[in-house]
Amino acid sequence: MFKHYFERIADQVSIYPLFSLVVFFAFFIGLLVWAYLANKPHIAYMANLPLSDDGLPTDNQ
Amino acid sequence: MASTSIQTDERTAHGQGPMEHFAYDNKTVLLFTIATLVFGIIGMTVGLLMAIQLFYPVFNFELQYTTFGRIRPLHTNAVIFAFVGNAMFAGVYYSLQRLLKARMFSDALSQIHFWGWQLIILAAAITLPLGMTTSHEYAELEWPIDIAITLIWVVFGINLIGTILKRRERHMYVAVWFYIATFITVAVLHIVNSFELPISWTKSYYLYAGVQDALVQWWYGHNAVAFFLTTPFLGLMYYFLPKAAQRPVYSYRLSIIHFWSLIFLYIWAGPHHLLYTSLPDWAQSLGVVFSIMLIAPSWGGMLNGLLTLRGAWDKVRVDPVLKFMVVAVTAYGMATLEGPLLSLKNVNAIAHFTDWIVAHVHVGGLGWNGFLIFGMLYYMIPKMYGTKLYSVRLANVHFWIGTIGILTYALPMYFSGFTQSLMWKEFMADGLLRYPNFLETTLQLLPLHMFRALGGLLYLIGVFVMVYNLRKTAVAGHLIANEPAQAPVLQTLVHQTGGGWHTVLERKPILFASLSLVAILIGGMVEMIPTFLIKNNIPTISAVKPYTLLELEGRDVYIREGCVNCHSQMVRPFRSEAERYGEYSKAGEFVYDHPFLWGSKRTGPDLHRIGGKYPDSWHYNHMLEPSTMSPGSVMPSYPWLFDQQWSAQDMPAKVSAMRSLGVPYALGTEAIAGQLMSAQANIIVKNLKEAGVNTKPEAEIIALIAYLQRLGTDIKKQPKADTEAPLSADLSTTNQ
Repeated sequence: MFKHYFERIADQVSIYPLFSLVVFFAFFIGLLVWAYLANKPHIAYMANLPLSDDGLPTDNQ
Repeated sequence: MASTSIQTDERTAHGQGPMEHFAYDNKTVLLFTIATLVFGIIGMTVGLLMAIQLFYPVFNFELQYTTFGRIRPLHTNAVIFAFVGNAMFAGVYYSLQRLLKARMFSDALSQIHFWGWQLIILAAAITLPLGMTTSHEYAELEWPIDIAITLIWVVFGINLIGTILKRRERHMYVAVWFYIATFITVAVLHIVNSFELPISWTKSYYLYAGVQDALVQWWYGHNAVAFFLTTPFLGLMYYFLPKAAQRPVYSYRLSIIHFWSLIFLYIWAGPHHLLYTSLPDWAQSLGVVFSIMLIAPSWGGMLNGLLTLRGAWDKVRVDPVLKFMVVAVTAYGMATLEGPLLSLKNVNAIAHFTDWIVAHVHVGGLGWNGFLIFGMLYYMIPKMYGTKLYSVRLANVHFWIGTIGILTYALPMYFSGFTQSLMWKEFMADGLLRYPNFLETTLQLLPLHMFRALGGLLYLIGVFVMVYNLRKTAVAGHLIANEPAQAPVLQTLVHQTGGGWHTVLERKPILFASLSLVAILIGGMVEMIPTFLIKNNIPTISAVKPYTLLELEGRDVYIREGCVNCHSQMVRPFRSEAERYGEYSKAGEFVYDHPFLWGSKRTGPDLHRIGGKYPDSWHYNHMLEPSTMSPGSVMPSYPWLFDQQWSAQDMPAKVSAMRSLGVPYALGTEAIAGQLMSAQANIIVKNLKEAGVNTKPEAEIIALIAYLQRLGTDIKKQPKADTEAPLSADLSTTNQ
């Protein structure tokens, strides 16, 4: 079944770059938007995690 | 045992569960650390021996177990999987527990993981010098060991995921994501690149052949570098660098983007190892484009590491841990810029098969992996022993001797690579090669190879200094095998609230792992499925026939001796290569090659068109003592091939296996295997006799000669026009 599918797709191989572009573009835009909008205290909390070995976490929810 | 019993304290932190007292397992970390040091020394010593063999061939000792071809995989496996691998586990076990505020999931699994991994290394150290190899680079171990690796890797995975599930910290720090991606991707890579059909306990053939086998191998090889040598160490960097600098990472947002873009892009870039080969052109281009894109996340990660130290460079001056880490991160930045540049086809045309690549991987290996490991050990050992480092001065000595060692190694190898490539490609005004004899180019490099060995020696001396320093540190302190810790229990969340989709993801390890898997599978599938399923990607050539049985046996000798480590079988479509070797290699010529033997380095000349170039007696004398035929040659001699005898015993199994893989051997070939082999051997013996050489038809050298004389000859058996099989790749001879 898969073989048949991919043999057919060979005629329209241009779908590969298109497919890759769409997937990456959508994902990275989502990621950038999230990173930009991410809540500051949460980011600060995450960044400090390695340093809080001995102390107690304060935002553990 | 105090370590496993968890005491609950009724005092609760504000809004959190009751406080629990538990202990971090430092003993397993220590075991992995000791293994790192032991195998680091062994792996590097073997590397040094190999480096010396390249200018003093006498150091091959005329022993089959110590020739370059057999110990080269021993070196690569020892440094990658034993030295770097054990260090990765030490660092992961140390940081994971602390980041998740939980002891490792199971002490028993930790023990099984540790001892299992060491047994695998032991098995590798025994089987590789014995010549038991699949010939796939960094995946040379035979199938029973492959299965053991799979099992132990799963044990590691259960321990990793189990610890994450029982964590006391709601959110997974970015280092933990890198560990998860490492576990998942290495599992996928290892399984896909281990599809082998066993012939016996010590011999197997890969399911794929030729171009497909090459694509799978370099999809694996590239991503082994990515997900064994890079992602776990980025995780370690994100933990140990902030720890040592006592400040958070420069940008946590950047680390998130770094992670996802890195694992997304890396997996597509494998085909850049096969530029100008017979791989279809679209796959080569895909590899190039994604390699260039990789610069962005790689440099994002490097800058994130270095900028963590902004305003703290005074600490770098005094703290050896930070010194090592700064050089490590810098080496990472250099290697990850160089890698994409090497994947440009015009640069690759110069660099591929030369010492440039060796320089590149050693900047990564010695600089990035090695120095990050050293920094990590200088940090962890005093902590685990509850004391201070024995001597900061000695650590500084190690730092400088190691840094000078890397430079003394890498710089001559860059020079060597350029020299080699320019000499291979240089034409005279009359249109002939200036250096038609390959050996001239080899001899030109000897002084540079001597410097390289000196660099390696310096680096190794540094490691000994470190071992002494760490030993003295351990003696001065006392191992805190179970380090007490406390943290509030993680309350089950009744209702997930806010924080955006990625914040939610940080709380959901299984979903996170699944998404990582999807990210890496897309690239792999898009690359491989068309190559496997679409016939016209690999045009067949009717004149190409399966190897005769004696040639197949000779090919197995070639694989056993690791000839592929110094000789490629891939004439690239360049004028200089067509002039030197003959017709460039076509995809259809390799359809019966289980495994492919294209190689990745030319210490000696390419052999794809060696068939028929010299008489049988030339090969006979050359293998017995290379310098008789090529004065000054650095190739080892192979006297045992003249005493050991090939046997037809395994041949029926080999023929059946090959047939089931699609090689069209006639039915019933198995029954007359011995006769067929003897008949061909007798012809070679007769040829040799005419040249004044007396030998027995059963000698292994006869099988090897049969194979070498067959190499690349099939396409000469038909009119030239037919051999120009259409490829999607632009294989018109390039003027280089």
